[in-house]
Amino acid sequence: MATEHYSQDSTGKVPLWRQPTFRAIVFQVLLVLCILAFGNFLLSNTLQNMEQRGITTGFGFLDNAAGFGILQSLIPYDETYTYGRTFVVGLLNTLLVAALGIFFATFLGFFIGVARLSHNWLVARLATVYIETFRNIPLLLQIMFWYFAVLRPLPLPRQSLSIGDAVFLNNRGLFVPRPIAEDGFGLVVAALLLAIVGAVVLARWARKRQEASGQQFPTGLSAFALIVGLPLLTYWVSGSPLHWDNPVLGGFNFRGGLEVIPELAALVLALSIYTAAFIAEAVRSGIQSVSHGQTEAAYALGLRPRVTLKLVIIPQAMRVIIPQLTSQYLNLTKNSSLATAIGYPDLVNVFAGTTLNQTGQAVEVIAMTMGVYLLISLVISLFMNWYNKRNQLVER
Amino acid sequence: MQATRYVMGLGAALMLSGAVNAGATLDAVKSKGFVQCGVSTGLPGFSSADDKGRFTGIDVDMCRAVAAAIFGDAEKVKYNPLTAKERFTALQSGEIDMLPRNTTWTYTRDTSLGLNFTGVNYYDGQGFLVTKNLGVKSALEMDGASFCIQAGTTTELNLADYFRSNKMNYTPITFDTSDQTIKAFEAGRCDALTSDQSQLYALRIKLSDPKSAVVLPEVISKEPLGPVVRQGDDEWFNIVKWSLYAMVNAEELGVTSANVDEMKAGSADPNVRRLLGVEGVKGEWMGLPDDWGYNIIKQVGNYGEAFDRNVGAGSALGIARGLNALWSKGGLQYAPPIR
Repeated sequence: MATEHYSQDSTGKVPLWRQPTFRAIVFQVLLVLCILAFGNFLLSNTLQNMEQRGITTGFGFLDNAAGFGILQSLIPYDETYTYGRTFVVGLLNTLLVAALGIFFATFLGFFIGVARLSHNWLVARLATVYIETFRNIPLLLQIMFWYFAVLRPLPLPRQSLSIGDAVFLNNRGLFVPRPIAEDGFGLVVAALLLAIVGAVVLARWARKRQEASGQQFPTGLSAFALIVGLPLLTYWVSGSPLHWDNPVLGGFNFRGGLEVIPELAALVLALSIYTAAFIAEAVRSGIQSVSHGQTEAAYALGLRPRVTLKLVIIPQAMRVIIPQLTSQYLNLTKNSSLATAIGYPDLVNVFAGTTLNQTGQAVEVIAMTMGVYLLISLVISLFMNWYNKRNQLVER
Repeated sequence: MQATRYVMGLGAALMLSGAVNAGATLDAVKSKGFVQCGVSTGLPGFSSADDKGRFTGIDVDMCRAVAAAIFGDAEKVKYNPLTAKERFTALQSGEIDMLPRNTTWTYTRDTSLGLNFTGVNYYDGQGFLVTKNLGVKSALEMDGASFCIQAGTTTELNLADYFRSNKMNYTPITFDTSDQTIKAFEAGRCDALTSDQSQLYALRIKLSDPKSAVVLPEVISKEPLGPVVRQGDDEWFNIVKWSLYAMVNAEELGVTSANVDEMKAGSADPNVRRLLGVEGVKGEWMGLPDDWGYNIIKQVGNYGEAFDRNVGAGSALGIARGLNALWSKGGLQYAPPIR
């Protein structure tokens, strides 16, 4: 009785400050305000002190001419471009390494992961050795190993290893002919796009037909034939509208052609091999998470082993694999910043390295760099979450 | 390495949000009992650690001179080895007190980074190191060549300028430390290594066969190297500046670490007597004891001694005085008088 009287006023209503929801909201608003105030304090204090010390602040430096060269650029760049441009150049180089690394690591990882479960004793042991070796050596050392130990013994440009007069390998990189499109090459591209659309349509039709009639159609093979065959045919019919620009030795190095610098090769190699070891373990755990009863049930229904793997095991295993795969992709992207150890011009090397030092604007440059890595990681994780949702078990 | 850089960036942000204490560097140094000095990650002759972990070099001698002036003990120095990329952030954030790290004095660095250059302890210029069997006699023959460079240096910018003004192409390969550049050069990743000439001689002795490489005669830039301090603390700026001037003046007056005691006791030259704090000028104008100059010369030596011991005739580098000779001997080293 007394308690009730204490907590209620004469009208029988609980006072506002005693309501749990109200109090929860008040405390959360207070917390957010405190955090904002602290952030504001840090920011304004930093700006004020930097001004007092005569350190230039702001993002105006992005419009100034950079004045330094960059080893590899996917977009036109020379020293007359701006610091803002160096940011884009570095970012694209980072994305290139991340994309190539993710591609190779995924393939290699799936292959090794399945191999580890192989019934062949030798194959399974080799896969185990691979995983245990590469997973347990620090990545930085692996990058340096590939760069200094493997690429170093390659010959100088004048003694290049070569295949015909087209492909050259030396310690400046790998040089291959660059395809140059002539008039009419657009047709070939159009044919390729058409073939891809055709393959998708074909796959849908085949699935529907199988659901309706139970009859199967060799979708994979026909799609492959379509995607490879149609562009090739167009290419031949339209009179080979493509010529090759071969690398030629001139002066100090090869000119023309397409160049893969050893820094890129070493980095992609190290990142893929390292991450593949983790992906392999994710794949193994995914496959092992599917109970053996599933396989037996599939066999009992008369499915062949290959079909069992494709239709029964892999779809269920993917649910376990994908979340782990996501974090490996994120790791790989972030690890690509180790590029700076071997001089590959990624975002950290170019922008958070040279640009930071030439402009001296550490706070702005580091903030931009961190923001970009955060953004890339969030995009990857958004995509993988969407993919994960698609693969989730649909409970009925 | 990455982590370090990010932490430093964050650290810079956080530390910069602390209060600015103009004139406080000397007090802080005195209370902690040593000078925190930013040096290179290993450049023989300028700043490098020997097999016992002792730092030596002409830049290290600047730190030692400042410590001798303040404490009367040149050993009261702690060193932070820094890459070219890290150096300014370390100084701005207060991690180090002074930065004598073969750093080129430029307009941008002096005016926009919140830093001050205290003088020039080595006049340098950018040059090229090539292997002998490349058969190149001049940098102008190097159209299309690739160059190993250290990131975050004026070298990167000069190289770009040089090739642009001569309408030639080049490929830059940038590394964090000078050790990495010389390793990549030795591995044949680049045709030439470009850096300040003094550094080229210093790095060449790191090659397994130093005689296989030559330094080209061209000098493509002016590189006045000197100690840097934070802007806004004039007292500290004066101490570092006059420590260098004391060494140069001492060489001019013929005062060496060997004869300094004798000179202090017996010299009648008023210039020497002022330098050694016997008469005329007071150390307290900089917050130091009167015999600050004597302590520098006694423990570190004059500029000529430091030069010979570290980079000159008495060292493995064997670099000639050249521009770094005294003004009276055809060089550029000239110090305002102590009076």
